[in-house]
Amino acid sequence: MRKIYSKIDAIAGNVITVSAENVKYGDLAVVSSSSGESLANVIRLNGKNVSLQVFSGGRGVSTGDEVRFLGHPMQVSFSDNLMGRIFTGSGKPRDNGPSLEENMIEIGGPSVNPAKRIIPRNMIRTGIPMIDVFNSLVESQKLPIFSVSGEPYNELLARIAMQAEVDMIILGGMGLKYDDYLFFKETLENGGAMSRTIFFVHTAADPIVECLLVPDMSLAVAEKFALKGKKVLVLLTDMTNFSDAMKEIAITMEQVPSNRGYPGDLYSQLASRYEKAVDFEGAGSITILAVTTMPGDDVTHPVPDNTGYITEGQYYLRNGRIEPFGSLSRLKQMVNKDTRDDHRALMDGMIKLYASYKESLEKKSMGFKMSEWDIKLLKYGELFEAEMMDLSVNIPLEKALDRGWSILAESFTPDETGLRTELINKFWPGNKEEN
Amino acid sequence: MTKSIGKVVGVNGNMVSVEVDGNVSLNEVGYIVLNDQRLKSEVIRIQGSKAEMQVFEITTGIGIGDPVEFTGELLAVELGPGLLTQIFDGLQNPLPQLAEQCGFFLQRGVYLNALPRNIKWDFTPLVKAGDTVTAADSLGYVPEGIFEHQIMVPFNMSENYTVESIVSAGSYTVEEEIAVVVDAEGVKHSIKMMFNWPVKKAITAYAERLKPARPMITKVRIIDTFLPVSLGGTYCIPGPFGAGKTVLQQVTSRHAEVDIVIIAACGERAGEVVETLKEFPELIDPKTGKSLMERTIIICNTSSMPVAAREASVYTAVTLAEYYRQMGLNCLLLADSTSRWAQAMREMSGRLEEIPGEEAFPAYLESVIASFYERAGLVRLKNGKEGSVTIGGTVSPAGGNFEEPVTQATLKVVGAFHGLSRERSDARKYPAIHPLESWSKYPSIINGNQIEYARDVLFRGNEVGQMMKVVGEEGTSIDDYVIYLKADFMDYVYLQQNSFDPVDAAVSVERQQYVFSILLDILSSKFSFEIKNEARQYFNQLRQKFLDYNGSEWQSDQFKKLEEEIKQMIEEKRNGYLANADKLRNS
Ligand SMILES: Nc1ncnc2c1ncn2[C@@H]1O[C@H](COP(=O)(O)OP(=O)(O)O)[C@@H](O)[C@H]1O
Ligand SMILES: [Mg+2]
Repeated sequence: MRKIYSKIDAIAGNVITVSAENVKYGDLAVVSSSSGESLANVIRLNGKNVSLQVFSGGRGVSTGDEVRFLGHPMQVSFSDNLMGRIFTGSGKPRDNGPSLEENMIEIGGPSVNPAKRIIPRNMIRTGIPMIDVFNSLVESQKLPIFSVSGEPYNELLARIAMQAEVDMIILGGMGLKYDDYLFFKETLENGGAMSRTIFFVHTAADPIVECLLVPDMSLAVAEKFALKGKKVLVLLTDMTNFSDAMKEIAITMEQVPSNRGYPGDLYSQLASRYEKAVDFEGAGSITILAVTTMPGDDVTHPVPDNTGYITEGQYYLRNGRIEPFGSLSRLKQMVNKDTRDDHRALMDGMIKLYASYKESLEKKSMGFKMSEWDIKLLKYGELFEAEMMDLSVNIPLEKALDRGWSILAESFTPDETGLRTELINKFWPGNKEEN
Repeated sequence: MTKSIGKVVGVNGNMVSVEVDGNVSLNEVGYIVLNDQRLKSEVIRIQGSKAEMQVFEITTGIGIGDPVEFTGELLAVELGPGLLTQIFDGLQNPLPQLAEQCGFFLQRGVYLNALPRNIKWDFTPLVKAGDTVTAADSLGYVPEGIFEHQIMVPFNMSENYTVESIVSAGSYTVEEEIAVVVDAEGVKHSIKMMFNWPVKKAITAYAERLKPARPMITKVRIIDTFLPVSLGGTYCIPGPFGAGKTVLQQVTSRHAEVDIVIIAACGERAGEVVETLKEFPELIDPKTGKSLMERTIIICNTSSMPVAAREASVYTAVTLAEYYRQMGLNCLLLADSTSRWAQAMREMSGRLEEIPGEEAFPAYLESVIASFYERAGLVRLKNGKEGSVTIGGTVSPAGGNFEEPVTQATLKVVGAFHGLSRERSDARKYPAIHPLESWSKYPSIINGNQIEYARDVLFRGNEVGQMMKVVGEEGTSIDDYVIYLKADFMDYVYLQQNSFDPVDAAVSVERQQYVFSILLDILSSKFSFEIKNEARQYFNQLRQKFLDYNGSEWQSDQFKKLEEEIKQMIEEKRNGYLANADKLRNS
């Protein structure tokens, strides 16, 4: 019943234009060419002219190829059969399993009514003091790791995933190196987590448009599982590749770029994905941990910059450590009031002192004489870096807080810490009341 | 007016081109009819018979030829009793009611009444038959929570009218007729408690605009003392992400001494609104003894909600503020973030293929921002009362760089600039308002000479700090070093303030003035220290005491005890006052 069109009017990059009728914005089509079939979706309607982005790319498409409209937007299958499976960005099996076509759901659905959201309340413990003490991760949070390429961000992502207490993991890979793909697979298999994991993977070698689909596919599936009561952790790596794919399409469509070639709606596009993180009252939740690599280590680059404005904080990974400056969990105050009464004060106090340490370090590097105070700060900073910041440290929150006090006591007198007297009386090593 | 119809001829993102049959006007609302759904849209450009419309919904599924129905009306909000405590989206859809109807997710094409139709309000008339009235005159009032909500002649009825009839005191819904008035030509007009007003048009039914002069107390020390905002004034808070814009607005929305607070959550995180939404009903406003929600309206069009509705949301918010201002109330509009609103304009401008300005923002960005902030103001109403709209907007500059177009356009029009610094927020110095780079044109709660004095210490302390980075501590004289310590001390105990501490979070004017005088006493004292280390230790101890002091309840025993100890510490080390301290006393 649906008409097949066999004349393509224009091909530019990954975008083709056909003259067609009765087509809806966002609809899916199948483009059949000599190199096989590919899905495509409608991204502009102008009178009879219909522009589509071809998932497998425009390369090899000829003006005489067939376009068949399916009459619905992009969908993905949703059922428990997804568990343990690996798919491409467009939902085709990447493992040797069967392709899934039951219970198709639409991707990129509407956003949650803000009035239905609840205040996040559960801390996700990771055993990493720079996270648990200083920037606690919270269920339903959306948080990226800002990193320079070359840093072990995927390792950090995998470690948090393995240690976090969640029901299932969805990995969305975008422009993933094949080795990294295998690394995730092995880590999850070895940790016995593969059976509660779903992969949507676009590797660096795959067509660019498929990269664009990965977050929506991953999050649509996550949303359904969350509504069924599952605590879902979605890992998205690397969102900079996703943004670059968007840039490529925007340029093909001759959109006016806003900042370094990225489209003006980069912020809204990223936000509509990240805002899928949610805690459904009476059901499950979605927590999103993403990776955003920073081209040229530049946090003001449009991708990390827009991301920072959207996500609920970020972890800065530099020199294999999570940096205290720049790292932030905006939801930490939701959970750190109920952990231990020294948690908040210690968190702020130690960072303020670490900032002073950095100043002393700078003075030292310029060859100034170190004052008594500088010397204390230098000692403190070194202890802090070795015993708190080092990523090999893996201890529970309470131990980490105790360690914080002992680092302070080793370095300062109580009144030099800027901490309130009541806390000092209670927690300063030696003052500590027996309980 | 006959209502026009049209057909969709193009779809590009959230912009739809329509071939119109009949007349349309700019900013007119139309609905794209999609099977059983009607998608609200606004005309943003007209060329011949073709209108470009921004659609306030997701556009998936729209096809060529889909019918469009125009309404003949501009994008408007409903005004009347029942707005307070509500949570609306950018188009004034009540979100909780929407949730009741549609569940977890927003469903496109569902539009509910902004004002509840079933509530009966206790109306007391203020006019009688034969009286002459005009736009914005009160016909009577109803109690709305803690306020006497004035029922006014609709603002577009600007002629003189004779009251023909008015209902007697009693209970009425917003849709019932409460008065009939007659104009000079003898035409009768029926008046209800509720009427519509187009959001993009400022309400100007007042006698005159006045210069803002009285402070709007925020209970944030660095603002009220150093960078004040006046009732009816405007201010902006630019800052990179994570610097504390939202937290600052949240504490202001709680503690500001105004009658009504309108929060416009414009294109940022939904989660942040939820905090306000869940906490406000539980929080008691010390001034009224009622929940904070009773003085609050939330306009919530967060980042994943349709972009066109985001553009409308700040106008919806300011219109509601202007409406309550007409009742002689002081309204505060907090918009977070105005950059998202500007970006929404940029997205549409791009789709319209307009010639882009800097960073692809439209060329009219500046004038649009200016006319938005112009809607703030202190006014004298026709009945002699005063009312005000104060606007505070955050700005989210790309890359944290204040040189970008939105920050620059905003700085040109506002009366105060609270610039947040990454350096200060990294060092956890909250609120991270940069004390030296920020400015305000409004009067402080503290006498000008004293402010100058304190600012001077801060300035010189900062200079010494910079110098020390070059010449080291040993190359700095002890006098200079003490200035540095004083500035650092002031920063810690006065400029910084812990928003999450139950006592320190909000400091009354009385306490600010009181504590500032002690601070000034310290800043203007001459101290004699032998060596720098002694000076540093002294100020560390003093700081410690002062922080405890800041955290103790105003005028509690603890407060008095710590004050005694602080004064004693000062006496012990003071060696008279500095020469320039005279300035402070003879003022
Ligand atoms: N006044 C404050 N006191 C304590 N912490 C603050 C304060 N302001 C900001 N913060 C911290 O910084 C984080 C980010 O602040 P936020 O207002 O969300 O930043 P922005 O809106 O500028 O991106 C908060 O989650 C909080 O942890
Ligand atoms: Mg914010």
